Amino acid sequence: MTLAIEGWFVIEEGGTHLIGTRCASCGTVAFPPRSGFCPNPGCESESVEAARLSRRGRIWSYTNACYPPPEPFVAARPYTPVVLAAVELAREGIVVLGQVKGLTVEELEVGMEVELTHGPLADGPLVWMWGPVS
Amino acid sequence: MSVVVLGAGMHPWGKWGRPFTEYGVAAAREALSDAGVGWGDVQYVVGAATIRNGYPGFVAGATYARALGWSGARIASCYAACASGAQAIDIARTRILAGLCDVALVVGADSTPKGFFKPVGGERPDDPDWLRFRLLGATNPAYFGLYARRRMALHGSTPEDFAAVKVKNALAGSLNPMARYRGTVTAEEVLASPMVAEPLRLMDICATSDGGAALVLASSAYARRRGATDAVRLAAVSTVTPTFPSTVLELPEFATDSRAAVPAPERPFRAAVAHAAYEEAGLGPREVSFAEVYDLSTALELDWVEDVGLCPPGEAEKLLRAGDTALGGRVPVNPSGGLASFGEAIPAQAIAQVCELTRQLQGRAGGRQVEGARVGLAVNQGLFGHGSAVIATR
Ligand SMILES: [Zn+2]
Repeated sequence: MTLAIEGWFVIEEGGTHLIGTRCASCGTVAFPPRSGFCPNPGCESESVEAARLSRRGRIWSYTNACYPPPEPFVAARPYTPVVLAAVELAREGIVVLGQVKGLTVEELEVGMEVELTHGPLADGPLVWMWGPVS
Repeated sequence: MSVVVLGAGMHPWGKWGRPFTEYGVAAAREALSDAGVGWGDVQYVVGAATIRNGYPGFVAGATYARALGWSGARIASCYAACASGAQAIDIARTRILAGLCDVALVVGADSTPKGFFKPVGGERPDDPDWLRFRLLGATNPAYFGLYARRRMALHGSTPEDFAAVKVKNALAGSLNPMARYRGTVTAEEVLASPMVAEPLRLMDICATSDGGAALVLASSAYARRRGATDAVRLAAVSTVTPTFPSTVLELPEFATDSRAAVPAPERPFRAAVAHAAYEEAGLGPREVSFAEVYDLSTALELDWVEDVGLCPPGEAEKLLRAGDTALGGRVPVNPSGGLASFGEAIPAQAIAQVCELTRQLQGRAGGRQVEGARVGLAVNQGLFGHGSAVIATR
């Protein structure tokens, strides 16, 4: 099992989790994970810890790519449009973009609940994806 | 003391397939001639840069200075993605305001490859602009599609509204000899064009173009000595970043900032860009005669109309439908034809916006002239948090 990027998400039996960072002092969350110090300019903390983000969120917006995206994306042949959703995680107060798996663009709605899963890029490695609530 | 636009020049936008230097030099020579200033009199040259094909810094100030003939002028180059041109203007203006020079030339030009913008090549997993293509296939139009769909959900906008923006801007562009697309279009044509990124179709999304634009900026004292007593004045140039937490998913990011600890700021990024310019100019949206906004998509123009304060959130369609933002309306938006008619030539675009402010405020905009134009606003947003807004007055 090869991940398309290391350290941004983890796949376990219980489900797929995005990994961000959380400031130990003010609670600000960041995704992708960042090291060093808190992104909140009003916080002096240098203590940021890896944190698993909520697996469910609501669609902030969505779209698709009707034409194959250019490199370095590897498009499947024949090409089926990539669906993208920006999903708002209430607890973390952030919106995270991801590909959508198992739902077409016609089936999506702003405000709809989705759940994190994962799926393969056309050349094999796995990436996080938003899918239907199980 | 203030800084004025002594001359403006452009190379027509298109897909000419020539080296960018030609467009920049043509625009610069026209701006110098418009200003009545010789190349040898220019004390400071600023080039707006782009990064293309793994060759950062090539499209730079010195490239134009060399093409115009080395003159020993002081030189600067700057890169701020789509806002490069506005930052170049700001750098020249600041040096004039500091009293370090009297007259400066600002140049931006680009030659663009065919198709989607794509990131610099190679394996570069530390670059979010590379990663968003690799992991998500998230092109620029995909982000525009997200904003458009969000607008539909929030404000009930329709594809017909988006098409009406294109129809309006194409009509204005048909009157602009510098525009790439000079034909008028119908809503039916927009709505029949191929879907690119739901809900946006090909004719909702701006193309990438070749083009060049240049400005000669000077101190008001220098302009007076040259007999230009009524020159267009740069009342404000705002180049601000977002304020934490930035809660709109910006190109090319994977996520927004978190508002878990700090609430969202009073003004989201685009609104903050315009607000900073209004504050600096001591003017407000009510005083704006017309605005050039960065219509990367038709739907985004509607967002901008609200962000720059021409109406409250959710009411841009009302202005559009009433013809308020069309030529001849209360406050024309994109009288140049906008990106819809130009396509984007990144480092030139913000300079081209100010060329349009200048021509309108001079009363030299021909068939697209905004009657009685006194205050013009241009706004723009560059990748990675480079905002820019310019207010010019007469
Ligand atoms: Zn913190």
